[in-house]
Parts: sequence; structure tokens; C-alpha cells
Amino acid sequence: MNNVIEIKGLTKIYNSSEIKVKAVDGIDINFKEGEFTAVVGPSGSGKTTFLNMLGGLDRPTEGEVIIGGVDVWKLSSRKLIDFRMNNIGFVFQSYNLIPVLTAGENVEFIMQLQGRPKKEREVRTKELLEAVGIGDRIKSRPSKLSGGQQQRVAVARALASKPEFILADEPTANLDSAATVGLLELMSQMNKKFNTTFIFATHDQRVMDKARRIVTIEDGKILKDEYFERE
Amino acid sequence: MLLSISWRNIWRNKVRSLVIIFSVALGIFAGVLAGAFFKGLANQRIQKVINTELSFMQIHNPGFEQSSDFANFIGNAQNIEDSLLKIPNITGVTRRMIVQGMAASAETAAGVLISGVFPKDEKTVTTISKKIIDGEYFDGIKRNPVVIGKKLAEKLNVKVRSKIVITIQDIENNITSGAFRVAGIFSTDNNMFDESNIYVRFNDIQKLTNFPVNATHEIAININDDENLSGILASVKELTGNKLDVKTWKELSPEMSYLTESMDMFMYIFIIIILLALLFGIINTMLMVVMERTKEIGMLMAIGMNKLRVFSMIVLESVLLSLTGGVVGIIIGAISSKIGETHPIDLSMWAQGYQQLGYDAFVYTQLDPSMLIKITILVIITGVIAAIYPAYKALKNDPADALRIE
Repeated sequence: MNNVIEIKGLTKIYNSSEIKVKAVDGIDINFKEGEFTAVVGPSGSGKTTFLNMLGGLDRPTEGEVIIGGVDVWKLSSRKLIDFRMNNIGFVFQSYNLIPVLTAGENVEFIMQLQGRPKKEREVRTKELLEAVGIGDRIKSRPSKLSGGQQQRVAVARALASKPEFILADEPTANLDSAATVGLLELMSQMNKKFNTTFIFATHDQRVMDKARRIVTIEDGKILKDEYFERE
Repeated sequence: MLLSISWRNIWRNKVRSLVIIFSVALGIFAGVLAGAFFKGLANQRIQKVINTELSFMQIHNPGFEQSSDFANFIGNAQNIEDSLLKIPNITGVTRRMIVQGMAASAETAAGVLISGVFPKDEKTVTTISKKIIDGEYFDGIKRNPVVIGKKLAEKLNVKVRSKIVITIQDIENNITSGAFRVAGIFSTDNNMFDESNIYVRFNDIQKLTNFPVNATHEIAININDDENLSGILASVKELTGNKLDVKTWKELSPEMSYLTESMDMFMYIFIIIILLALLFGIINTMLMVVMERTKEIGMLMAIGMNKLRVFSMIVLESVLLSLTGGVVGIIIGAISSKIGETHPIDLSMWAQGYQQLGYDAFVYTQLDPSMLIKITILVIITGVIAAIYPAYKALKNDPADALRIE
């Protein structure tokens, strides 16, 4: 399978009060199409920083992030925003839906940013919300949805732009067990159905149990990179 | 969808938004009503000056206006008057003899401007005949009737049928006097005018001064609509062969024509001051909005909303917030002003002061629709300006940092 992401010598150094902190220390790693990967490690190990650099949100001090042959950190800030919109889906720990929009509008919003036709947006929104199991809540505002339902909308939104891969930072941290299991099952299905690459930063053992690849980071370095056979 | 998001965002914090909307509405309401009040005040004053003092147009012999020389008169006045009446849209023409003199009662005397008029013709040009508060307009007294202002009557301590003596210079510069009897007392709400102007019949004063019968110092013209003024002016100038001074009320009393402009200017200064004060309130609100939504804005930028769209969203939110208040203020202001067009604002408490300045104590507001459009534009500009700094702050957000906020 093709590499979706190639990472070379990725390093992030934070300068705080003249003390240099190396959050990510020269990581080299590739992610292939359709992988379902959990990036794990203790708090402060550099997981989120790694994911942010991977997602074009946090500029690395050194190194390259090549997505689909494009070195993302060489793009202008304007092009980088467009690149993120078209190639990367984000699922955040606290859902981060737009509270004034309905579930359907939240999903449709990113497609509107992409300039897709109204008809296509409406059809895809409906399909995605049905695929994530909340087709009947299309007109509900986030405040009327449970945490699990909100995260399902977030997954649908992340998939809406037809991204190369989805980055999910602690997506289950705010969910109860039932919602976590449901969400993981859903993401696993999406991974298989759309062959979308998923990369999670997580502490959650249940996520690790579902992941077919687990990358363990400690002190900003890759400690282990393991593959597992899952059903 | 950006518009929809911005509009819905306004109502996320209803109380805060309503406070701003109410403030803007109140300010704009005050501005619209004040604007309509000042416009009404100015136009009433102008109408009054035209109707009682100036008329729409006047013709003089060149130099008369500057020198008021008694011997500087127009000779063939009757012919000009007859020709003027044939010009379309002219509704009245009258001629006057203008002379400065002294009016004396048994008790005291005062300097006055005496207008020798043809009462019947004068009625077609000015409304002095309608301003009579005591006695009659030249009726009731057969010999040498005089119509004087209320203020002068008080000053001379005279009443209707009282005798006053008018002293003037005749055509040969000899001092001459005549006894007149007060036929009527007028009040124009302009104390200065009422104190210094008296009206006598042209024939009476003509005999007293030996002024030529067919001559006049001044021809006053009334027209049907101020809109036709420039067209009529051209016709009148053509008629007089450009040998006489033909002036419109705007030239005769430039301060009157500036009155509307200056009132408009005061109104806009007033509105701009209100909007400036509101501007800081809106900036403060928008800054709070941006700070409260740092994480959300960071998320929007992360998922692909570019800076222009984020900027537009915040500007739209600020404009919609201001405009909502503005529209409410404009509607209430416009309704109030419309009511004020038929139900005057009563300033009779300060009537004396207003009348000293020539203004009415009852002011009918006058709503100018173009003013409402200009105010709407000013409100939109305020909304845009108010959003610039908060939007700049929002754009400074780093999505990665913003998303770390718990």
C-alpha cells in the first residue's frame, strides 16, 4: 500500500524561559493508506504535538511532513489552510462542533468551505449522518446531543471533506464506556468502508485494543512501533 | 452559511447582545428624531421668512439693496408686474415702497422699516394678513391705516385705533410726517421682525413722500413651488433684460439657505458622536465574543476556514449586531418623526427665547428618507470599524494553541 504520510526527522523544540524543551525529537515514520493507528504514550510524551505537526497545525522546528507528495510545511499559510481542509479530517477530544449549527449544518459546513454544490452537500451530509448512526438527529443542535452523539457528528464532519486521513486527538476521553465502544466500532467501520486512514493520540486501552498499529512515544521519541492483526 | 452563523452567534448571549442592540437603537432613535426636529425647525423658519419677510423672489433697482436710497426706484413697475404675472408658476406679484423712518406714539418713538404696500396684492405674496391678532388687515380705518407688529405695539404702548405719527424723508430729502391709525396688529413669532416692520398703504405713503405713482422700490414674487425657483428666476431675468437685480430668497438671505445645510451638519455630527460612543461598546462586546470563542475560532481555522472567512464572520456579526439596533432605532425614530409631522413638539415653555430668534414654539418634525439611508450606512460603517480590532485579535490566534484551551 502507498504511504499517505511520510515523516522525516520531525522535531519540535519549545523555548520557555530560556529552557529548551524537546517535545518531539527527530521522529521518522510513515503511515500507509487505510491504517488504523494509535499513537500512545504517557502525558507529556509529545503525542499531541506530534499529531498537531502532522495535521499542519503546529510548525515543526525541524523535519518534513510529506502528505500525498506535498511537503506541508513548505506551503504558505493560506495554502496550508486549504490543504488541511481538503486532506485532513480532525476529531477533537471535546468534539468542538459549532454550537449554533445543527448536526447536519456542522457536517455540511466544511463542504461549503470547499465550495461543493448544495445538492451534493445535502446528499453527503445525510449519508454520513446515517452512516454514523444519527441520521434522525440531523436537525439537532449539539447542545441537544449526548457526548457520544456529538463525537459521531465530529467523525461525520471529519469524513465530509473526503480527507486523506483523519487525526483524532483523545477522541474518547470525554465519553463513557458505552459511547466509547460505539464510537470505536463506528470509526473501525468507517476505516474499513471508506479505507480512510485513522491516526489516534490516546491513553485509552480500548482504543489500543482496536488499533492495528500502535506507535508508542516517550520523551518525544518512538519507543515502539507494533502491528497487530484485528478482526 | 457565514451569514447564518454570524446571525445565530449574536443570540448566543442574548442579554449582552440585547444591551448593545438597545443602546444602538436608543442612540439612533435620538439621532433620527433630532434630525427630523432640526430639519422641521429649519424649514419652518425658512417658510416663515419666505412667507412673511422675503417672498420667493425680489426685484430691485441695482444698488437699492445696499444703499436703501429712496430715490433709487424702478420706474415702470406696473408694466413689469403685469408681465411677471404671465410667467407660469408665479402665483402672486406685489410692489412695495420701502422707507426707513420713525414711528411715534404719544409716549415714545421707535425706528421702523415702513413698507408701502397694495394690501390686495400683498395678500398674494406674504401671509402678514393672516398673522393679525388684533384688529383688521387695513380694514376698519378709512384714512391712513397702519398695520404694526405686536412687539412694536407694546413698545409704543398703542392698541388698535391708536394714532401714531410716522416721520420719513420725502423724495426731495425733506422731513415729512403723517398721522396714521393702527388698523391691525400682527404677530409673526419673530420678535425682531414684529418690532421693526410696519405696513401702510402704498398710496398713503406715496402722497406723503411725492413718490412717483408708477414706481416701486421692490417687487416681490410668490411662486407655487420652491422646486420651480431656478426656472422662474431665469424667466424673470430674461423679462427684466438683466437690467434689474433679481434675487431669490437664497440670495436675499443667504443665512437661510445655509440653515438647512447647517442643521443637516449638526444632525450628522450628533449621530457620529452617538455612534462613536456606541463604537466602544460594540468593540468591547466583540472583544469578549472573540475571547470567549478562541477555541472555537481555532477549530474553525484548523478544519479549513481561512483568515478572510474568519474576519468576515466577525465583521458580519458586528455589523448585524449594530444594524439590528440601528434598524430598530430608525423604525422607532421614523414613526416618532412621522407622528411629529402632524403633532408638533410643544416648546411653548421656551417660546419667548425661540421667538426672539425667529423660530416657532411648535415644531413640526420633517423626516428626510435620504437621512435614514445615510444613517443606515453610518451604522454599517460603525459595525465594520468596531469589528476590525477584535477580528485582528481573532486572526492572531494560533489554531494549535487555541485547541489546547480546556
